[in-house]
Amino acid sequence: MIRTPLRPLARILQARNSGENPDAIERENIRVRHEQMRDTGRSRAEGRLFVIAVLFLGAFVTEGVRMGVISHSEAVEPRASAAGTRIVAQRADIVDRNGKILATNLETHSLYAQPHHMVDKERSAQELVRIFPDLDQERLTKDFTGKRKFLWIKKKISPEQKQAVHDIGDPGLMFGPREMRLYPNGQLAAHILGGAGFGREDVRAAEVIGVAGVEKQFDEVLRDPANGGKALTLSIDLTVQAATERVLYGGMKLMNAKGATAILMDVYTGEVIAMASLPDFDPNDRPRPAVEGNASDSPLFNRAVQGLYELGSTFKIFAAAQAMDLGIANATTMINTQGPLRWGKFKIRDFHNYGPKLTLAKVIVKSSNIGTARMAQAIGAERQKNFLRDLGFFDPTGIELIEASGAKPLLPPKWSELSAMTISYGHGLSASPLHLAAGYAAVANGGKRIVPTLLKRDLPQDGARVMSEASAREARTMLRRVVTEGTASFGEVPGYAVGGKTGTADKPKERGGGYYDDKVIATFASIFPAHDPKYVLIVTLDEPVETSGPKPRRTAGWTAVPVAAEMIERIAPLLGMRPQVEPGQLAGITLTSN
Amino acid sequence: MRSLVFVVTALAVIGLAVWAYRENYRTQHVINETESLQGQIGAARSRLAVLRAEWAYQNRPSRLRDLAEINYDSLQLLPLRPDQFGKVDQVAFPPTKKVDFDGIVDAAGTEDYP
Repeated sequence: MIRTPLRPLARILQARNSGENPDAIERENIRVRHEQMRDTGRSRAEGRLFVIAVLFLGAFVTEGVRMGVISHSEAVEPRASAAGTRIVAQRADIVDRNGKILATNLETHSLYAQPHHMVDKERSAQELVRIFPDLDQERLTKDFTGKRKFLWIKKKISPEQKQAVHDIGDPGLMFGPREMRLYPNGQLAAHILGGAGFGREDVRAAEVIGVAGVEKQFDEVLRDPANGGKALTLSIDLTVQAATERVLYGGMKLMNAKGATAILMDVYTGEVIAMASLPDFDPNDRPRPAVEGNASDSPLFNRAVQGLYELGSTFKIFAAAQAMDLGIANATTMINTQGPLRWGKFKIRDFHNYGPKLTLAKVIVKSSNIGTARMAQAIGAERQKNFLRDLGFFDPTGIELIEASGAKPLLPPKWSELSAMTISYGHGLSASPLHLAAGYAAVANGGKRIVPTLLKRDLPQDGARVMSEASAREARTMLRRVVTEGTASFGEVPGYAVGGKTGTADKPKERGGGYYDDKVIATFASIFPAHDPKYVLIVTLDEPVETSGPKPRRTAGWTAVPVAAEMIERIAPLLGMRPQVEPGQLAGITLTSN
Repeated sequence: MRSLVFVVTALAVIGLAVWAYRENYRTQHVINETESLQGQIGAARSRLAVLRAEWAYQNRPSRLRDLAEINYDSLQLLPLRPDQFGKVDQVAFPPTKKVDFDGIVDAAGTEDYP
């Protein structure tokens, strides 16, 4: 490059001759040169920026286009990679503890119509109604002949129905593949499973989402492709569940009850082996929730988990166990049962008059309200409250059902001494039967807190200690005596040493204002075998009445207990328990001297 | 020397091209095969799922109960009761088979040992 000299001789000489300052020429030239340098520098930088901009633009356009393609393309299974060999259903199966299927998927088809492709609209509507009698022909004809370009006709159809629709031969009737949720056992364990429905729908596929029960609780897990279609194993035993529901249904009909529930739970692991609530429904065709009337009358209502009832005398064992645990009393302590017990304006009475004094064991066996209330007075409201909180009566049970989180026991707003006295015999605190099962499990397993679970587990729960081993053992002896010599004499099942406590609570009126005289909730909370408990069984009947005698009988001893006994007789062999001879008390050796 | 290098290079290019061509077709063939196998696996799995569902449906407790009731005459099936448990020593040993000594041939000394 030829550089222009800063001081060109010709111009300098000329300037000198004309008396001008030659330095001005140099400065001028330096300025020009700097301008040139600046211009070239700028154009080079601009060029570089342009190249970078083009590169970035290219990158972003590529990325955008790719994203668009990915979001608009159909998902394709990877063709050649080894990881892509798993072809799994959209939703994992649910199985019982022995691997029997409780819920699975079935491929079916949905039926939709594109009226603008249809040939003979009236005839198609007519034929469709012949295949699906629940469709409305006028409505269909209107939809087909109207402006609509697309409409769903049926969400799930069987292969036979599909063939029949094919035979209509109309090109505007189309099928889309659908995965549907199938509950092969029908109504069995309906409340546990809940049900499933379709979420977002498309012609080619539809989301299957859980709407209730474990299906909703574990919706994310069941749909997670990372699980690789691994089935969800519940703690339920299908056979035992079937037997439980069968016996419970029979008992409910026999005792003229309007509803019933039963819970069978392992006392060490907290696994719910069977849980039934009647009336029930078919999860394959889940009814719509009732919009009017009492929600608890709907078959969708899970009495075992959602039903909050005053559970009556079944609570007495907690007062007795706590009294023994605190050292206030033991099984042979005499308790004043002189009635009626007055507290302010309030009177506590017993079903019968049990005389002036009973031992604590007899208070439980005979189910004396007065005796238990006196125990509660001795324990005090604060300690009773803490004990019941430890047993889990203050919070939802924590079972893996979506409905359970709403079932928080109803506690008295102010825990006065009177509340403590009434709660000790099961009035003034409403809890679900499952809460009661958890409480009894703690008594049965030697005093450790149990959280009920629906998932199969292998190890016992090592919960916090609620009461000492010794007082739990004493309480179990009392429960056994309730069956051998007390209110639950119908509960005796030879070989299984049933122990338990009955509870008959008057139903509160829905609109407030006291209790019904002729409507009760009868509960039998039992453990078996009482000397080495493995299971706790709660049976609750809603408004039972037993009419074989001259007077209608409603107490739990006449209603819930026989049902529970029949249930234990049926399910204990299924659980693999062979009848055992109860280890009896050794005949006392009397010391004599002569 | 130079032409030799050209010829060798050209031959190498042709050889590599042939190899790449064949590899390409072999890969495509394998991919197709994999795809059809995947398809078969998928079909087998869905068939299996249907069969499992069918099995569970046919074995649902209510149906088995009804079947046991219908076929009571021939099967005499009743629900399991506690008194049906037994002990091992309640089970009689199967009668020992009587050894039949009839028609014994005295084999001693009939064989020829070398």
